[in-house]
Amino acid sequence: MIPAPAFLSNPERFMAFSRWAAPLFGAIAVVLALTGLWLGWSAPPDYQQGATVRIMFIHVPAAIMASVVYVFLAVASFLALVFRHVLADAAAEAAAPLGAGLTLLALITGSLWGRPMWGTWWVWDARLTSVLVLFLFYVAYIALRASLDDEAKAARASAILALVGAVNLPIVHWSVTWWNSLHQGSSMFTPGALAPVYAKPLYLMMLAYLSAFGSLWLVRIRGEVWRRRAEAAAVRAARA
Amino acid sequence: MLDLDVGKYAAFIWPAYAITALAFVVLIAGALNHSRRWKKRAEELSSK
Repeated sequence: MIPAPAFLSNPERFMAFSRWAAPLFGAIAVVLALTGLWLGWSAPPDYQQGATVRIMFIHVPAAIMASVVYVFLAVASFLALVFRHVLADAAAEAAAPLGAGLTLLALITGSLWGRPMWGTWWVWDARLTSVLVLFLFYVAYIALRASLDDEAKAARASAILALVGAVNLPIVHWSVTWWNSLHQGSSMFTPGALAPVYAKPLYLMMLAYLSAFGSLWLVRIRGEVWRRRAEAAAVRAARA
Repeated sequence: MLDLDVGKYAAFIWPAYAITALAFVVLIAGALNHSRRWKKRAEELSSK
């Protein structure tokens, strides 16, 4: 059994921790986003992209979070499937709708950037296609969970699906390296690839999205804990 | 100083920001509703 911090393995302690952590992460996200947007909208237009560089501050964090959230989903699914951590399955279930929303957001904002820059809304390019596949894995996970009444079977089947979908993550990440892609290569984590005037707001927005996700994830996991308590109470009431 | 003049790209930039704002409103409302609904239900059932 992998040792986990008490607040992650004990629902009571998790509820106590998340009660103050969720609003704190939310407040941090708001401060980071306002600062990032202020700096981003104060930066000069890019010499090639013009004003469309402003879309990068909302598109790139959404695209990175799309993969990051799936990593959380896959790790939580692994812990639920193999080690049967109490909260891991709830964490996986709670992450899926947030990941799906962020992935869809990345696809739409990317399309709104691509039209003026590439001259097309969509192209079956390796990066775009692999992110679309990522979105479909999120949707499939949510649909599979919703389709099975038996909680244990739903947890097991969806965890296996989540782990299968994790194969797509390296494809998303290295798609711009492995294939001749219209999508630009990785610049956010390449030193010197971004001018500081764009890098600072982009990093702040990245942290804002991460903090916002942390807050919403905790709120959703709390909801899952309440749901399971409600269903357990309903079963007890039916047997009484 | 803020530069809100996006010129000919307004038709792409403002919708991108509007959709992002809408997405976050939906994600926040969804998470809060989900949590509140089940908390209320659990409390109702456990008080019976």
